[in-house]
Amino acid sequence: MSDVFLTVLLTLDATFRVSTPLIIAAMAGLFAERAGVVDIGLEGKMLAAAFAAASVSAVVGSPWAGLGVAMLVSCGLAMLHGFATITHRGDQVVSGIAINILVAGLSVILGLAWFHQGGLTPALDNDSRFLSITLPFVDQLAFIPVLGPLYKELISGHNILVYLAFAIVPIVWWVVYRTRFGLRLRAVGENPTAVDTAGLSVVKLRYKALLIGGVLCGIAGTYIAIAHNAQFTRDMTAGQGYIALAALIFGKWRPLTVMLACLLFGFLDALAVRLQGVALPGIGEIPVQVIEATPYLLTVILLAGFIGRATPPKASGIAYVKER
Amino acid sequence: MKLNKITMAIAAAAVVLTASTVQAEIQPAVVYDKAGKFDKSFNEAVFNGIKRFTADTGISVREVEPTNEVQVEQGLKKLAKRGNSPIVGVGFNQANALSAAAQAYPNTQFTLIDMVVPEANVQNVVFRSQEGSFLVGALAAMKSQTGKVGFIGGIEIPLISVFGCGFEQGAKHINADIEVVYSFVGSTGAAFANPSKGGEIARSQYEAGADIIFAAAGSSGNGVIQAAADMGKLAIGVDSNQNYLQPGTVLTSMVKRVGEAAYQSYATAQNGTWKPGFVSMGLAEGGVDWALDEHNRSLVTADMEAQVNALKASIIAGDISVHDYMSDNTCNY
Repeated sequence: MSDVFLTVLLTLDATFRVSTPLIIAAMAGLFAERAGVVDIGLEGKMLAAAFAAASVSAVVGSPWAGLGVAMLVSCGLAMLHGFATITHRGDQVVSGIAINILVAGLSVILGLAWFHQGGLTPALDNDSRFLSITLPFVDQLAFIPVLGPLYKELISGHNILVYLAFAIVPIVWWVVYRTRFGLRLRAVGENPTAVDTAGLSVVKLRYKALLIGGVLCGIAGTYIAIAHNAQFTRDMTAGQGYIALAALIFGKWRPLTVMLACLLFGFLDALAVRLQGVALPGIGEIPVQVIEATPYLLTVILLAGFIGRATPPKASGIAYVKER
Repeated sequence: MKLNKITMAIAAAAVVLTASTVQAEIQPAVVYDKAGKFDKSFNEAVFNGIKRFTADTGISVREVEPTNEVQVEQGLKKLAKRGNSPIVGVGFNQANALSAAAQAYPNTQFTLIDMVVPEANVQNVVFRSQEGSFLVGALAAMKSQTGKVGFIGGIEIPLISVFGCGFEQGAKHINADIEVVYSFVGSTGAAFANPSKGGEIARSQYEAGADIIFAAAGSSGNGVIQAAADMGKLAIGVDSNQNYLQPGTVLTSMVKRVGEAAYQSYATAQNGTWKPGFVSMGLAEGGVDWALDEHNRSLVTADMEAQVNALKASIIAGDISVHDYMSDNTCNY
C-alpha cells in the first residue's frame, strides 16, 4: 500500500516538474492571444531563452544573470513578432514559425561559434543553476501519516521556478479579470475597433501583451535549460511550445483551466514514463505512443466539439487596421 | 647555404617520389555531420583520426562541414567531382546523400561510417556495439548495489536495442539474478534531443530502485547523466568518452572509435587494400571499447578493471559470443 502511495506521489512530483514550462509558456500564449495575436513562436522564444540562460550562466556563473538575459532575449523576439504582425500587419502564424526556425538554427550556430561543443553549451555546476529547495520542517513533519510524505515528496524539493509557475497563474487570473489593463486586453482581442473608438491604442496594448509573453517565455526557457537540466542542447524544448498552445486551447484561454490542462498533459507524460513496459490488469501493456499522442488527440477532440466548445478570442489572428 | 637548401629540396622530392611508387597517391576527403567537427563527440573523434593520418603520412585531408541536409549531398558530390577519393561520410544521417553521390561517381571510393548503403563503390563501416555494451553491462552489474540496472534508449529501433541487448547480456553474465529495466525516450527524432525527458525517465528508474543507467539516446543522455548527478547515482555514457561530463557520476562510457574507422579507410586506400562492402569493427579491431580515465578512476576498482579486461579478452578470443540484436531482432541469447 505505502509503495503504491509513494509511486503515486513520485508521479505527481514529476508532473509538477514536467508541467512547469508548459504552464509558464501557456500563460505567455494566453496574454498574446487574449490581445488578438496568435503566438506560434512560443517554442522559439523558449528555445532562445534556454540558450541565453545556459550561455550566460556558464560564462557568468549566476543563474539569476542567466534568467535576466533570457528574459531580454525572449522579449526581443516578442518585439520582432510584434513589429512584423502589429506594426506591419504581417501574417501572425508565418511570423511565429519564422521565429521558431530562426532560433533553431541560430542557437546551434552561435553555440558552435562560442563554445565549440557541437552546439551545446558547457555543462553547469550547481552554483550556476536553480537548485531544489527543501522547505522548512520537512523532517519534523515526516511522522504525520499521508500528509508528512505528501509535504516532503510533493510540495518540498522543487526549484524556485516551479513555485513561481504556480504563483504566476493566480496573478495572471487577477491581471486579466480584475484590472483595468486586463479588461482592455480582453477587449482588444475581442473587438479592437471598440477599444480604438474609446481612445485607447490597440497597437500599444498588443505590444504590451507580447512583452509580458516575452518575459514569461524567458522564464520557461530558463527553467528548461538551467533548472530542469544543466546545459543547452540542440532543440531541447522538443515541442513543448506547441503542447502549451494545445493546453491553451484545451483550457479555453482561461488561466486556471489552462493550468489544469498543462497539469493533465504533464501528468500523462510522467505517467507514460512509468507505464513503459508495465502490463495493466485487464488492459495489458499500453504502447507509449498512445500516451504520447494523447494531448494532441484530446485537443483535436475538443476542437471537434465533443467536450464543449473552445471559442478563441474573436479578433485573434487578425491584424488591426484602423478605418480611415 | 642556398645550394644546401636546394639539394635538400631535391632530396626531399626524391623521397616523396620513391614513396609514391610504393604507396598510391590518394586525395582523401571527409564530410562531417551537421554537428560540426568540434562537437566533443562523433565528429571530433573523426577529426582526431584524420589529424593522426595527416601527421603519419603528410597527406592532407579535404574537409567539408555542412550546416544542413542539402549541403551534405552537395559536399559529397563536389569532393568527388574534384577527384577526391576515398571520401568518408560521417553518421547514419548521410546514407541517402552518400548513396546518390556514389551512383553519380561510380569510380570514387566512398566510406560510410555507422550505416549501410548497398552501392558497389561504398565501404560501410559498422560497429559491433553489442560487444562494448556487454562490457559496460558487466561493469554495471559488478558495481550495482541494488541488483537493478537500467537502460534508456532514444527510440525502440533495432539500431538502439543492440546497445540494450548487449548491456543486458553483460550484466546477466556477472549476476544472473540482476534485473534490467528498459525505457525509451520517444518515437520521433526529437527523442534523441530531449534531455528533460531523458532526465525524467532516469529519475523514474532510479526511484524504482535502479542505481546505474546506461543511456543510448543522443543528447537526451545528457539529461540522464545530469539526473544521476542530482540524485547521487551512476550513469554510463555512449558513443564518445563522456566520463568528463560529470566526474564521479559517469561510471564509464561505451566508446565507438569512429576516428579509427576514418584512419583505416584512408590507410587501406593508400596501400591498395580498400574494399567496398562491409567492415565490421568490434573489440578485436579497436572499433568499440569501454572508457577508463582520470574522471572515473575512483569508481572502478582494480579488481573490476581486471575482470572487465578479462571479459574483453574472452570476447576477442571468441570464448564469449555476444548476441547481435539486429541479426534476428530479438534479444534471446
